Amino acid sequence: MTDLLRVNDLHVGFRTQGGTVSALRGVSFRVRAGSTVALVGESGSGKSVTAQAIMGLLPRSARITRGEILFHDEALRQSPLAPAQSDGTVDLAKLDPTGPGFRCVRGDRISMIFQEPMTSLSPLHTVGDQIGEVLLLHSGVSRGDARRVTVEMLRMVGFPDPARAFDTYPFELSGGLRQRAMIAMALVCRPSLLVADEPSTALDVTIQAQILRLIQDLQAELGMAVLIITHDLGVVANVADEVVVVYHGEVMEAGTLHDIFDRPAHPYLKALLKAVPHFDMKPGERLVPLREIRHQTGHLLKQDGAAAHSAQGADKAKPLLDVRHITKSFGTRKGGLFGVAPKAGIRAVDDVSFHVLPGECLGLVGESGCGKTTLSKILMRAVAADEGEVIFDDGEKRVDLLKLDDSALVAMRRRVQYVFQDPFSSLNPRMTVFDLVAEPLVIHNIGDLAYRREMVAELMRVVGLDPRFLNRYPHSFSGGQRQRIGIARALALKPRLLLCDEPVSALDVSVQAQILNLLKDLQKELGLTYLFISHNLAVVDYMADRIAVMCAGRLVEMAPREALFRNPMHPYTKALLSAVPFPDPRRRLDLTALMEGRASNPQAWPEPFGILGGGRYDMVDLGGGHFVRARECPALADLLEAAS
Amino acid sequence: MLLFLCRRIVTMVLTMLVISALVFIIIQLPPGDFLTTYINELQSQGESVDQAKIDFLRQQYGLDRSLVERYFLWVFGMLHGDMGFSFEYNLPVAEVVGDRMTLSMVLNFATILFVYIVSFPIGVYTATHQYSWGDYGLTFLGFLGLATPNFLLALILLYFANVFFGTAIGGLMAPEYLDQPWTTGKMLSVLEHLAVPVFVIGTSATAGMIRRLRANLLDELQKQYVVTGRAKGLPPGRLLLKYPLRMALNPFIADIGNMLPQVVSGSVIVSLVMSLPTTGPMLLTALQNQDTYLAGSFLMFLALLTVIGMFLSDILLAALDPRIRLQGGTQR
Repeated sequence: MTDLLRVNDLHVGFRTQGGTVSALRGVSFRVRAGSTVALVGESGSGKSVTAQAIMGLLPRSARITRGEILFHDEALRQSPLAPAQSDGTVDLAKLDPTGPGFRCVRGDRISMIFQEPMTSLSPLHTVGDQIGEVLLLHSGVSRGDARRVTVEMLRMVGFPDPARAFDTYPFELSGGLRQRAMIAMALVCRPSLLVADEPSTALDVTIQAQILRLIQDLQAELGMAVLIITHDLGVVANVADEVVVVYHGEVMEAGTLHDIFDRPAHPYLKALLKAVPHFDMKPGERLVPLREIRHQTGHLLKQDGAAAHSAQGADKAKPLLDVRHITKSFGTRKGGLFGVAPKAGIRAVDDVSFHVLPGECLGLVGESGCGKTTLSKILMRAVAADEGEVIFDDGEKRVDLLKLDDSALVAMRRRVQYVFQDPFSSLNPRMTVFDLVAEPLVIHNIGDLAYRREMVAELMRVVGLDPRFLNRYPHSFSGGQRQRIGIARALALKPRLLLCDEPVSALDVSVQAQILNLLKDLQKELGLTYLFISHNLAVVDYMADRIAVMCAGRLVEMAPREALFRNPMHPYTKALLSAVPFPDPRRRLDLTALMEGRASNPQAWPEPFGILGGGRYDMVDLGGGHFVRARECPALADLLEAAS
Repeated sequence: MLLFLCRRIVTMVLTMLVISALVFIIIQLPPGDFLTTYINELQSQGESVDQAKIDFLRQQYGLDRSLVERYFLWVFGMLHGDMGFSFEYNLPVAEVVGDRMTLSMVLNFATILFVYIVSFPIGVYTATHQYSWGDYGLTFLGFLGLATPNFLLALILLYFANVFFGTAIGGLMAPEYLDQPWTTGKMLSVLEHLAVPVFVIGTSATAGMIRRLRANLLDELQKQYVVTGRAKGLPPGRLLLKYPLRMALNPFIADIGNMLPQVVSGSVIVSLVMSLPTTGPMLLTALQNQDTYLAGSFLMFLALLTVIGMFLSDILLAALDPRIRLQGGTQR
């Protein structure tokens, strides 16, 4: 049997001002018909460039300098345009990527889905228009037939009402549905190879699991091969037959899934496997980042900082942050000429209460749109809450953060600081690192210049950066280094509490391990308290002492880490836990617990968790600090009995 | 949608009312009125002015009434198509303006058309051939167009037009057609004379438009959905037309509202230099002489153009962009 796709000794170079930079240096692998091959690597490893080369979508500055991409497809033998050899094999590397020959392969025989379902579809055209276009281009069907086939395809990828979906615009769909539309677009011509570039990275875990299953189902149904490109070893373990590991433009290791996971030979792969947080980690086990960073704390930070407070033995049982009944709704703008509609609409945060004890790390988990970011913004006072209070009590003063006036709030900012998600946009590109890190000191008028210099240098060492970098601008740092600068800035005021809103979700896995370890060490050394917000359960599991799960604006479950993973009570928590892919081929996802994607819909929760019906609906104590949101009804009694 | 249109029209009317009040007040703001200017002029020529005559004129022109009263008379008149009386010309405003308004409109619409027709292909070309010689050359020309003062360009072009094509200098038609009824010959003459002013007035707007379209399109060309289109196997030309160009059009259309008044008021100096019989120069003298109703009518005309332009661009945007059409009412 001939291979469907064979990449031989592929070299790709990028022309830059400083000469040619080679992105791929002799990549070779093959894809058998109907199989799934995973291309794994960090960002910048060349995995996406490989996909672009296969698709003929390389950027203008890139050139294939050597090697061949042999694609074999019986259908190409009949095609008059494709310059295939008599056996139906075509070398894509030699084909003009903009020419008609390549165009009749691309989109028809090989198609591609992309990472970002939000931006991959044009917002100005209906879903049906964009999918049907592929058919009109390649199969020469009539418009009516194209519509029929497209609707059929939409049904196949799981649109509940495909005929209606045909005429919707992409922005009217959720992220998961958009990715389904994208898949429909890629598969409508029944290609023999699907290239999927991080198809589920931008999606929530439960949606990710659904999309991965969908791709697998369709693959079996249509008999196509899939080349999946990902950095997520969990995804690899769940879908791939064969794995190709790339690093710096070269193939490090290739083999079947079990070979790769059971006997990783190359040190890079071994290191990668150790750098990913997973649920089976023993308590106290540390992640091993690819490049460990060394850091040291200095005397200035310890001086009357948080560490000093905890050394005084502040009351450990008294919460540092006590969030009570926070509610926030966003209204839709309607109403008359000048009128503002009355507050109605979506409850982004619905009666959320929790507390954070000094020195602990509370993890807040939830999917996008569950209200966790709104909640963090309320805590930052960037958004005003409709109801509720946030009591901050560090032993000196007890204040309600939400009622502080402006001047008191400025003073309060010294105790609570923030680490943001995007290390690129959270640092002003026109300020040097020194100015960035020193800015909080300047704003709060702390110390003289000499003190600030010393403090900033110390902060740099604390996050493991060389103080000699202080004159540089943010653009000369990598994402991980920038995030460390952001952490240094947050620490400048010696806060008691750090609010970390998805601090590692924009980073590569290897860098992610660095940052997580750094945050963990700093917490211990400086006696910090964290509220750690993330969508990634494994990350939260690694960081947090207690975990709170949010869904649809509500806190549904809160428990110590082990209790939550050992004994999740709430259907949503269960679905969330079961949707996280393990980097272990023997533990593939159990998709039945996903409730067909309805787990995040409160209406679908069974008793006693459902929101319908009367009775008190509140957090119920299951003992041992394990709380779950439930309604008072007979089913709750059974639940309590089972728990005890 | 219908509701939206109604609401827009109501706001438009309200806007026009507010503008009319502002315009009227601002014109009246400087001390004195048309008569004092007129009397000063007479006195400087050594003629004595009879107080009785002044009072008569004042009453005749309605200047003895209060500001509010005059304002309402004016607005009420305009609603009936009566734009008031020009002191300066001793004629109803409508008659004074007459042909000028028509010619202004013709000139301005020709200019806008010129701007769009020229800037569109050039903008697309420079964006799709970024950093090529063509891009650099056209960009250079565009900057020249932006940087050259209009009246200078006008003088140079008038000279060449006269030398090479024998077109008479100044005006929008050959002298023999002045004050003649409209004939084919007159129309052709107008068209011939239109070329230079249109070019002169339109150059900088064209250059600006090219830059904007180029920047917009370059942004759009980077977007992921363009790659998606290529991955589908779309030919480059069709891809460009269907996706990025369509997206880049939005600011283009949103500009219509701004462009209408800009072209009208921006052409004043050029019209003066080229002695074009458009509204611009007349507006200037009317404002200088405190010829209230004439100036007011002009300014209202400008405001009307702006408001209508905005309205048109809003409707076009809604028609073109489903995000505006379908998400307009909701926030976040």
